[in-house]
Amino acid sequence: MKINTYIFLFFILLLCGCSSPPGTWGWYVINPNTQSGLTNIKFLIGGFSSTIQLSIIAAFMSIILGLIVALPGMSNNIFLRTISRIYVEFIRAIPLLPMLFWVFYGLPVVLKSMGININIDAFWGAILTLAISDSAFTAEIYRAGIQSIQKGQTEAAQTVGLNYYQTMRYVILPQALRRILPPLANQFIYIVKMSAFASVIGMQELTRRANEIVVTEYRPLEIYTLLIFEYLILVLIISQVVRWLERKMGSDESKG
Amino acid sequence: MVSLSPAININNLNKWFGEFKVLKDINLTVQEGEKVVICGPSGSGKSTLVRCINRLEMHQSGTINVRGTELTNDPKSIAEIRSDVGMVFQQFNLFPHLSVIQNLTLGPINALGLSEKEAKERAFLLLERVKIPEQANKRPSQLSGGQQQRVAIARSLCMEPKIMLFDEPTSALDPEMISEVLDVIIDLANDGMTMVVVTHEMGFARKAADRMIFMDEGKIVEIGTPNEFFETPKTDRCRIFLKQILQH
Ligand SMILES: Nc1ncnc2c1ncn2[C@@H]1O[C@H](COP(=O)(O)OP(=O)(O)OP(=O)(O)O)[C@@H](O)[C@H]1O
Ligand SMILES: [Mg+2]
Repeated sequence: MKINTYIFLFFILLLCGCSSPPGTWGWYVINPNTQSGLTNIKFLIGGFSSTIQLSIIAAFMSIILGLIVALPGMSNNIFLRTISRIYVEFIRAIPLLPMLFWVFYGLPVVLKSMGININIDAFWGAILTLAISDSAFTAEIYRAGIQSIQKGQTEAAQTVGLNYYQTMRYVILPQALRRILPPLANQFIYIVKMSAFASVIGMQELTRRANEIVVTEYRPLEIYTLLIFEYLILVLIISQVVRWLERKMGSDESKG
Repeated sequence: MVSLSPAININNLNKWFGEFKVLKDINLTVQEGEKVVICGPSGSGKSTLVRCINRLEMHQSGTINVRGTELTNDPKSIAEIRSDVGMVFQQFNLFPHLSVIQNLTLGPINALGLSEKEAKERAFLLLERVKIPEQANKRPSQLSGGQQQRVAIARSLCMEPKIMLFDEPTSALDPEMISEVLDVIIDLANDGMTMVVVTHEMGFARKAADRMIFMDEGKIVEIGTPNEFFETPKTDRCRIFLKQILQH
């Protein structure tokens, strides 16, 4: 029903365009029946692959980084706990755009001064920024999920001789996963949306391509409308998957 | 079998939770093969004392020695002691995401390095011992409380411990299931297992205990044979406690 509402809105907008006097609306820029319109659409839609690649790789890195940050945050060692806490608070406080500039323009300078000559291109700069920025949130998701598992589980694992790694691997994480997975998947939606910032460092993803066509065609309303629907489609697909996942987890839980 | 060092030797043990002193100058020696039953009012520190023995709680002063190994912060000493000491909890603490048989084999495979086949063979023998071999492939949540606690006992025994700790193993059970669990524990006692049991099941204590311990406000107030303990308690506190508990 939600999807239908969006599609309905989309057609209302299109109808507005067709029925209004010439000059107000210019859907011709993305009219697939004309040669130039088709070229434009192909160019705009071509951004999907970059946006999706960026989001998936960044999400994957964030999932790993988040766990690496979360585990010391729950240790008995106050030093490890503090480091984890500082990381989360610090990273969470930085807006994405400044962090992106810092990673893209600043980090290579820092690396160079340390004798490491690595060129960070727009693709990896964006991924790194998205992953680091998101990892503070995934770390909190892990923490909440792991702490929701009763202390007795860890104790029982210890009394049958399991070490820390084995306890996490075989006892805690498998149980925490059903609490962790749905919010983690939700977090993926944020990454997809935040990936739009990669446009400012020249990454040819959805937003960047829309900007480029706007500059040449000067039809911002139509092109940005299409852009919004492009993200909408992506996010709707992901949230369907999330919902399916939640249902599956829920039914597993009731089975015990 | 005569061993030079006692199974458990606790000396001047003190423990605080923050400002609150939970255990006060505890001295206790448990010989190999001995069965000790601990009782006392709620909050008297029974669980804490038992949990100190395998480092689920850390003590701040005094010494704990298990079969000749002193319990220190050294992970080796902790691992060594845990490999000798099994524990059964009031809330069972089975792993809900694993089947019964997986609950039993997890420790042997990962901590003892047994092959899956060896671990399963051992697990089935113990499931037979606690009289539920037919439940091997079920999840814990599909079993009754009494069955779950018997699985928990079998899981512990799979590690071939020399000492078993029980913290109120029947307190979370419906009355009709208590005896099936106690029978398993008595069977184990008859086999010569060294045991420390926190329980208020006085019938069980009379049958199985070599020694009774009464704790109150973090101290061992009374210690003696079941006969002395039940017939001629020395302190008023113990007498009142026994009267309350035996009324039920
Ligand atoms: N982790 C903890 N932090 C702070 N205080 C605690 C903690 N665990 C136990 N206590 C306190 O220590 C005291 C002793 O607790 P303990 O669980 O050992 O008592 P118990 O004799 O086993 O009681 P019960 O019969 O209710 O199980 C209680 O007052 C309890 O509130
Ligand atoms: Mg207790």
